[in-house]
Amino acid sequence: MIHRFLPLVVTIAVLVVGFLLCAMQFPNFASLRVVGNLLTDNAFLGITAIGMTFVILSGGIDLSVGAVIGFTTVLLAVLIEQGGWDPPAAFAAALLAAALFGAAMGAIIHVFRMPPFIVTLAGMFVARGMAFVLTTDSLPINHPLYGDLNDVAWRFDGGGKLSLPAMILLSVLALAVVLAHWTRFGANLYALGGNRQSAELMGVPVARTTVAVYTLSGLLAGLAGIVFSLYTGAGYSLAATGVELDTITAVVIGGTQLTGGYGYVLGTFAGVLIQGLIQTYITFDGTLSSWWTKIAIGALLFVFILLQKGLLAAWTGRGGEPAEA
Amino acid sequence: MSRNWLTSATTTAATAMTALLIGLGSAQAADGKLVVGFSQIGSESGWRAAETKTAKAEAQKRGIDLKISDAQQKQENQIKAVRSFVAQGVDAIFIAPVVATGWDAVLKEAKEAKIPVVLLDRQIDTKDQSLYMTAVTSDTVHEGRVAGEWLAKQTGGKCAVVELQGTVGSSPAINRKKGFDEVVAKTPGMTIIRTQSGDFTRAKGKEVMESFIKAEDGGKRICAVYAHNDDMAVGAIQAIKEAGLKPGKDILVVSIDGVPDIFKAMAEGEANATVELTPNMAGPAYDALVAFKKDGKAPPKWIKTESALFTPDTAKAEYERRKDAY
Repeated sequence: MIHRFLPLVVTIAVLVVGFLLCAMQFPNFASLRVVGNLLTDNAFLGITAIGMTFVILSGGIDLSVGAVIGFTTVLLAVLIEQGGWDPPAAFAAALLAAALFGAAMGAIIHVFRMPPFIVTLAGMFVARGMAFVLTTDSLPINHPLYGDLNDVAWRFDGGGKLSLPAMILLSVLALAVVLAHWTRFGANLYALGGNRQSAELMGVPVARTTVAVYTLSGLLAGLAGIVFSLYTGAGYSLAATGVELDTITAVVIGGTQLTGGYGYVLGTFAGVLIQGLIQTYITFDGTLSSWWTKIAIGALLFVFILLQKGLLAAWTGRGGEPAEA
Repeated sequence: MSRNWLTSATTTAATAMTALLIGLGSAQAADGKLVVGFSQIGSESGWRAAETKTAKAEAQKRGIDLKISDAQQKQENQIKAVRSFVAQGVDAIFIAPVVATGWDAVLKEAKEAKIPVVLLDRQIDTKDQSLYMTAVTSDTVHEGRVAGEWLAKQTGGKCAVVELQGTVGSSPAINRKKGFDEVVAKTPGMTIIRTQSGDFTRAKGKEVMESFIKAEDGGKRICAVYAHNDDMAVGAIQAIKEAGLKPGKDILVVSIDGVPDIFKAMAEGEANATVELTPNMAGPAYDALVAFKKDGKAPPKWIKTESALFTPDTAKAEYERRKDAY
């Protein structure tokens, strides 16, 4: 039984050990403030990565998420500042647009049997391009509600706080765990990612599941865009460039197999926090080039892929299958 | 079997992580020193790299412990860095903001933690001016004025100038033009006969200068070229040479920024003056901070850096002094 959870356990162990090491070196590290910051600063990344986990579990990939975040921030800024919309209405419109965008990609992938890589790559260019068509400037959002939402927080002693983005992240995580492991949709997803043919024979609604998973990813990217616009109080067409790669990294470090059918949402969450942890460490140190973040994450990614390969070899060597419920 | 796997894999991963962290590790600040966290945009240009280098050198001079975070051109990285600096409890935070908007929330956190914030080299858009202590930037209008005044003095107030503007609509281009125009307006013999954008680049500077020379009777009617940055001036020098004229003599060359290449051109007699945009933004910021920490005296909201004019007499020495910083 235990080997099924092994990648997850390793990821969480790395996170805990890493945090302890940082705390040993910097006394201020082991504080609720740092933990709160980790959740707040990585909320948009975490929300997107959770969506990406579902896509990868289904055997696909979604390269458009970063561009969708950028587009959402610009759309919100234009609607609220130039169109005079109420932020809640703008949020709803942005979520709808992002979800429809995802659904369209899912439909294209399924109907035309196109590789998700190509379809979502095209989606990435389209979304980023649309953001630039709306505006090339960084548009500030000055609506008073933005200030109020940024003040929403559960404050701890010592300056730490659980901000609204952090709360959204944790709620999305909880819902995602339920969705993945206790619903029909979740079961279909794992089956589809594990083996498409057998899933079809088993009666899994492949079309519906495929469209649904990209819709979900688009929706979560849209939500991440809202969080990002709260975070910076602005819409910027270059926002969140490269986030799609950061999320894929988080998903893989979290123990999900890129081929699909195997992995955990919780692992992705730990993967996101590991990336945040490395970045925080480098800022705390203050003498290192920030590019060490990329190098450390790259090295870690490599180690995890090797680990997965090793595990797979061990299973097949014993005639077992990394089966998943 | 599976337990072995678990143990060995966990150890491997943990060891890898430890190795990484120890490999990267370094000591924390000694007690009593001022600790400043500096969120830098990135290292996209020679000037930006020089700013970072100068910030380090100036910190060392004053015994300040400087922590630098390179944001790789991303605002989210800058916000994360500022939050980390707050969590770390630094004594002050310097930010060279990559964009003007979106700083209110994170600066509020710094304010709540009573950590003074200094903006370097660029201003931000905010309604709440109390979110930062001061901004250290150059006065770009003044830069244009200094260039204009030098030229007016040099030519006895009689000069037909062609102007190479920066990127259309960018604030340094607008302001550097404004300052120069002020001088032209009050100097009756001085006129701008042609003006066009060279986009702050060498290639465009050369191209536009070529067309100016063609349009002005092979350059005979041009007394001087005023370029909004050194790069365009370097391009213009090339164009003047190719037209068979002597840059620095037949056509005077004056520009702004003070990058090493223009000092080289001046040392060779091909350019006449440059107004420096100093990469030393951190120095004045440290001084303001030290004064603030000592007796609580808040500095003015805008600290203007000096816009010093350099001419060929010192060019060789200045080039030697600069070429390593850039």
